[in-house]
Amino acid sequence: MSLLANTSALLGKELRTEFRSRELLTTTIVFILIVLVLFSFAFNPTSDESRQFASGLLWLALLFASSLMLQPCFLREQNNDTLSALRLSVSDPFAIFLAKLAANTLFLLLAELLLLPLFAVMYNVPVVPVLHWLLLVFFLASLGISIAGTALSAISAQARMRELLLPLLLLPLLTPILVVSAEVTRSLLDREPFVRWKGIGFIGVFDVVFLTALWLFGEYLLEE
Amino acid sequence: MLKSAVIGAVVVFLVGAAAYGAFYIAPDEKTMHVLYRIFYFHAAAAWAGMTAFFVCFVANLLYVWRRDEKYDAVAISSAEVGLAFITVVLITGPIWAKPAWGIYWTWDARLTSTFVLWLLYISYLLLRTLIEESDRRALLSALFGIFAFIDVPIVFGAIRWWRTQHPAPVIMGGPGSGLDPTMRKVFFFSVLAMHVLMAFLIAERYRLEKLRTDLELVRREAEAT
Amino acid sequence: MTPPAFSPVGLRLENIDKRYGRLLALRGVSLTIAAGECVVFAGRNGSGKTTLLRIVSQLVRPSRGTLTFSGSGAPGGGESNAIRPGFVAHATMVYDELTAEENLLLFARLQEIAQPEKRVETLLHDVGLSERRGSLVRTFSRGMRQRAAIARALLHEPAVLLLDEPATGLDPQGVTWLAEAIRRLRDSGRTILMSLHGESEISQLGTRAIRLDAGSIAADTRTGATFRSILTFADA
Repeated sequence: MSLLANTSALLGKELRTEFRSRELLTTTIVFILIVLVLFSFAFNPTSDESRQFASGLLWLALLFASSLMLQPCFLREQNNDTLSALRLSVSDPFAIFLAKLAANTLFLLLAELLLLPLFAVMYNVPVVPVLHWLLLVFFLASLGISIAGTALSAISAQARMRELLLPLLLLPLLTPILVVSAEVTRSLLDREPFVRWKGIGFIGVFDVVFLTALWLFGEYLLEE
Repeated sequence: MLKSAVIGAVVVFLVGAAAYGAFYIAPDEKTMHVLYRIFYFHAAAAWAGMTAFFVCFVANLLYVWRRDEKYDAVAISSAEVGLAFITVVLITGPIWAKPAWGIYWTWDARLTSTFVLWLLYISYLLLRTLIEESDRRALLSALFGIFAFIDVPIVFGAIRWWRTQHPAPVIMGGPGSGLDPTMRKVFFFSVLAMHVLMAFLIAERYRLEKLRTDLELVRREAEAT
Repeated sequence: MTPPAFSPVGLRLENIDKRYGRLLALRGVSLTIAAGECVVFAGRNGSGKTTLLRIVSQLVRPSRGTLTFSGSGAPGGGESNAIRPGFVAHATMVYDELTAEENLLLFARLQEIAQPEKRVETLLHDVGLSERRGSLVRTFSRGMRQRAAIARALLHEPAVLLLDEPATGLDPQGVTWLAEAIRRLRDSGRTILMSLHGESEISQLGTRAIRLDAGSIAADTRTGATFRSILTFADA
């Protein structure tokens, strides 16, 4: 029970901090927007062509953006050594990870929801008919990205060149999410008759496996 | 010193024997003729590389549990050796593909996943170079190594699923799929030879690592006085 | 300060080693500290003072050796039986982007302290930050941040208090305030370990002094060295 209480108290802190400055959200959203626009310049799509690779581009942009957004996650706890204060106060260090990954998932979802209409317009794709499935994919994928990203951010915060390091560590690890999400999104936007459940299952497996690994090894990530 | 030279000679002999088997003992293949023989190296190297990464994974777990720097030395050694074998796989794949399919890279499921595997372990090595203090380096890279390894089956599964959605040319079929008995024997001997080579390389690299860390210790102690 | 709700706690370190890579920050440190003692640790930078305190705070685990606390030491909050020392470190360990009140409430809730709002209210008053409770810590002076750090450390009414060079960056008034605060904490029966640089109002509060040199105990007032010699690094 105290895990839940600790997690919600910490989640409150994460959300309060972010909504005061909104730095993570704004930079993430603007970055994805820039990437989407630049992609369209680079590929010069007609409306038919764009539907082919639109979903891939969306997920690529999301992945790049998240690897940047997740980087301050543990880095900012080095300010004033607040991480030590957290370690001294919580009964289960897993609460620290749970709170951060919940917050990160929320931020990613927010960015995705805000960008979805723009994406639909820019690349001429029918988002509304498959909205509920898209949201499911967004949720599961964002969860996976946050779990892995939060864990790896704890590692990269302790190394040199940490700004470049997190994307290098995270992006190969997230390949399954990129591949499956892009494919499922494409099939949804192409209005294919059946939902790719097996693919969605892979994302679910990723989430469960990495959450478990984080639960097992989290305290070592925070060790001094 | 003499011992490793002798063992080294045995290893070279084994690998040479496997090569001989691949070129002279294995029967001719109907469509590909000589070209297919690269399969014996390609697939055997893949298995040996995966085994090396598994050794790395176990060493990572042991380090997190026990904190003995021996396990860290095994981890770096097996990761480097594994990466070397996987590099061989990634090079022999296109060598086969070009004459067979006319293109170097077909994004075939196994080879693509192998490429991701290669990237993961390159990141592992990169992470290690970016942490100076040896205890931190050992612990943090062990944790990343664990995350990387548990991702591997998911990577392979997801990419294979993706390929079922969009079929593409397959590089060299499956190992053991439609192999006649002689081929199978040569193949298993290649796998054995590659594993022996892998074990030898890991052992030598481990020795080198121990020497390096001992030298570092002596140097630090000399500087302190 | 409000009357304490704790039982006194002593501690013992046995053969503590701490290794960072090939560097031995602490070697074979053995020490018994009785409940209620106020121990001053002196020593050059890099002598191991901070490492020692971080080990007692349990943020860092020793490479070898044991740390044991004695005495029931029931803290004012939480259900755990483990001893959680209060720690005032080099860094303030509070969030710049939260207010003083939000910071204390967060840590109070994390430690599951009973009636957290009331406790925070009391502490803010005790450290003299009541008026600035709604200001972001980012706007605080060094002295005020130190007070916020002390408030955070005292939330759970710890029986053991650790202070790592607490007077760093404080002006003379700040030092006087701090000395007074520590004196009251000491007189209330808490066991206090402080690492300091040289003599000051604060070092005078110590009931015992220990000098660390290259990770080992070089001198101890308990075994005959004088306070002055330890604090000024002169040979006893």
